[in-house]
Formats: sequence, C-alpha cells, structure tokens
Amino acid sequence: MSRIAVYRVLVIAAAVLLLELLCYVGVIDRITMQPPHRILRDLALILISGKQNAAILKTLSNASIAFGLALFVGVATAVVLHGYRALRETLDPLFATYYAIPVFAFYPLLIVLLGLGDAPQIGIGFMLGVVAVIVNTLNGLDRVPRVLRKTARIQRLGTIETALTVTLPYAAPYVLTGAKFAVAYSLIGIIGAEFIMSRGGMGYEISFAYNNFDNATMYPLIVLILVVSISINTGLSRWEKLLLARRGQ
Amino acid sequence: MSQAHVSLRGVTKVFPSSSGGQGLHALGPIDLDLQQGEFFAVVGPSGCGKSTLLELIAGLTSATEGTVEFEGRRIEGDIPDGIGVVFQEDACFPWLSVEDNIAFGLRKIAVAHEEKRRRIGGVLDLMGLGDFARSYPAQLSGGMRQRVCIARTLVIEPRLILLDEPFGALDQQTRLLMGDEVLKLWRQTGATVFLITHALDEAAMLADRIAVMSARPGQLIDVVETHWPAERDSHIVERLEFGAVTARLWKSLREESLKTMAKTSRGPADRT
Repeated sequence: MSRIAVYRVLVIAAAVLLLELLCYVGVIDRITMQPPHRILRDLALILISGKQNAAILKTLSNASIAFGLALFVGVATAVVLHGYRALRETLDPLFATYYAIPVFAFYPLLIVLLGLGDAPQIGIGFMLGVVAVIVNTLNGLDRVPRVLRKTARIQRLGTIETALTVTLPYAAPYVLTGAKFAVAYSLIGIIGAEFIMSRGGMGYEISFAYNNFDNATMYPLIVLILVVSISINTGLSRWEKLLLARRGQ
Repeated sequence: MSQAHVSLRGVTKVFPSSSGGQGLHALGPIDLDLQQGEFFAVVGPSGCGKSTLLELIAGLTSATEGTVEFEGRRIEGDIPDGIGVVFQEDACFPWLSVEDNIAFGLRKIAVAHEEKRRRIGGVLDLMGLGDFARSYPAQLSGGMRQRVCIARTLVIEPRLILLDEPFGALDQQTRLLMGDEVLKLWRQTGATVFLITHALDEAAMLADRIAVMSARPGQLIDVVETHWPAERDSHIVERLEFGAVTARLWKSLREESLKTMAKTSRGPADRT
C-alpha cells in the first residue's frame, strides 16, 4: 500500500473514531445518530435477517438498468454527435448547462409518460447519468489521432466497425470517466426518486425510517449505499488506471 | 511496354474553400507511371502536396480532375485491395499488444486461422519483434513502434506499399538502419514501394527513381534515376554517385524550396 493510501485510510479511521467519541461522550445524542460501531452492527443484522433484501434488490436493479441505459445511449449518442458537427454544435449549450436543470422537476411528467411503476425512477436515473457519459465520450473521441482514423480507412473498416474497434477503444479511459459519474448519478436519481414517490426501495426505506426515528434502519442503509457506490467507482478507477498504464500514462 | 502498376493521368487536387471562394489548388496536373516492383520516391518542399499525392494513390481522397489507376483499375475514393500504407505519425493502437496490432491488419482478409498465425509469426520475425509480441506499444521505442506499423502493413502482403515519411520522427542512425530493413523487405516481398520523404539522402539511398515536386501547386519537375543494384543497403551512401544523385536532387529542389520559404514568410501556408 502506498504512503498516500495509508494516509487516506488514517484520515477515514480518524473521522470514524471522532464520531465514535462524540457519540460516546454525548455531544451527538442517540436520537440524532448511532455510534459507527452500532451502525455497522445494525447493517450486519439487516443483511443477515434479509428484511431489507427486497428494497435493496429493487434499488440496485433499477440503478443498474438506469446506468446500463445511460452508458449505452450515452456512448451511441456521442459516436453519432461526433460524426455530425452541426448537430453537436447545436446541442453543446444544452450539455454545458444540463446539470443546472433540476431533473427531478420532470418527475411528474415522467409519471404521466411512463406510469406509476419503476419506469419513472429509472428515467430520472438515466437522465442524470446519460449526459455525463455523452460529454466524456465526446472528449475521448476528440482526442483520437487522425492517423488512427486513416489507418481504419486503409483497413477498409466501415463507420460502425471503426467506432467499435478503433475510436471507442482509444476513448475507453474517457468513457470510463463518464461511467464513474453515471454510476453515482444513477444511484442519486433512483434513491432521490424513491424518496419522492415510491412504495419501496432503499430511498423509500430511508425516508420511512427517518420519519419514524428508526436510526437502526436509516444509517445502515445510508452506509450500504455509500459502500456500493464507492466500491463500483473504485473498481472502475482501477480499470481506468490499468488502461492508462498500458498506454504509458 | 508492360502496363504500369500505378498510373496517374492529369491528376489535379483542389481543396474547396470554406468561405465559398476560389479553392486551394494543391496539386497537379500530374502524370506518373510506377512499374511493378520498383522503389519510387518523391521529394519536395513543405506543403507542395506530397502527402496529398500519396492519399490520392491510397484512395483516401479523390482527384478533382484526372484519373488514378492501380493494376488497371480506377481508384475513386475507395481503398483498393492490395495497398498498405505506413504513416509518419505513430499509428500503433495503444490498447493492443504488438501481436494484436499486427493481427488487426488481417481483420478484413479472409484467410484461415492457421494462415493468420503463420503470417503474424512471419512478420514478427522479419521485423525483429518476436520477443515483444505480448508487449504494448508504450513499452517500445519510437523505432520499434514504427516497425510494428510496418509489420501491420506487411502482414496483408500488399502489392503496393505507400510510405508517408515513415522515418520522419526517428533519429538519423535509426533512419539509416530502418532504411536497410525497408530495402530488405522490398526485395523479399517484391512489392512496388512509393515513398514520400523530406530527406534527399533517404530518397537517394532507397529509391530506383526519385521525383522532385515543385512548390504548390505540386507538379513533377524532375525524375532522377539512381541505377542502384537491387541488392543494396545503407553502404550505398559511400559511393561517389550517391553524392551526384543528392546534388542533382538539391539542384532541382533549391529554387522550389526558396519559393515556399518566400510564401511562408508572407503568411501561413495551408497544409497540403
């Protein structure tokens, strides 16, 4: 483990210990927050008992669908936009200001369009994630050296084959950066939507627990979301580093 | 007289103006015949249209006027079968190993798996890359990466090899050694080779015939025959005739280079 990694672990451990101490001496009261060791114990109990399994499964499967759609549609859209300069220049201002738009405001509209099931929640997760994928993939495609495109032409590759075998593999580290954002945004979208209007999922369970002062459920679920999001992002970051290392970067 | 392997007749290239005005006359008219199996080089001042000429033969761009034929078939913006191109820039795919980079050249060629393995093994040995088959381009020197690109071209067994300043990014010693390797490959493959270069000594050492291009719009103003034996290498530079060939090239080129310098000192030249 590198020295920086050790420092990171120490900072996190110090923060957890501080929280533990503040809870122990009563600066943070039990109604506000459980001490970290209790949160971990409650999380283990929740996972062993399986009482939140349905909620966890619903949230993670909806987030996976939203993420998968954002990745597929985002990459495909970026490839098309990269080939049509006028269309890209038309949409550039939208991408630049997209995250200033409160996507959750469209939730009622999505319910009208998609009904009351999981679809509007997936729609929110998708809408939050897709533009991050488009913008980062375009950034990667812009960096593909002209000579690689000429090489693809010399090899008589078609447009789709060139994208799949030359330009997208070159842009892969940038696509992964977009994917990292999309994972986080998809989870935010799904859980946020479950908070607003849902009868299930981790967001709904956290909201329900909050309204009922049920800290033994609320904090463990929050920690679980953090662990899932950070684990996926760490995995994607390692993959990104591996790709860059092969390129001597 | 036998049919030319590559034939250009009245070839002209004009790049359209983005403002709708008169376009940029980059090249031509050019008439040129390349014979089967000859090593032909083109030298010329910067921006004279050398690379455009190569791209016209490769089918990467279309002529505004005139015709380009390869093996008797007209090239009209389509990449013909049997042509391999090596560019000046590093064209290795950085995410693929050396072996996979070379195998990439065979994607569009219908050959059996065993034959693919044989060809890849053959060019790896030929280019001295056998020990680096599983390495990635980032682990190789500039000269070795260029060898990977040449290997990727050779694996398709091209009948016409187009070299666009392939040693431009290499140091002088490596250029001489790479020149020896290209000559060896040319003899082994029997392919026609068309080389674009800035370096007069490189053209004089490698080619059977060397065309000198004028300043833009590029036209052929001289063709020099070297009369070198096929079994040659970089030791050719020790010959007295080598100096005479280089001197004649420079005599033809000097005036054109001065014209280009005068143009670029008046304003930025367009890249052709």
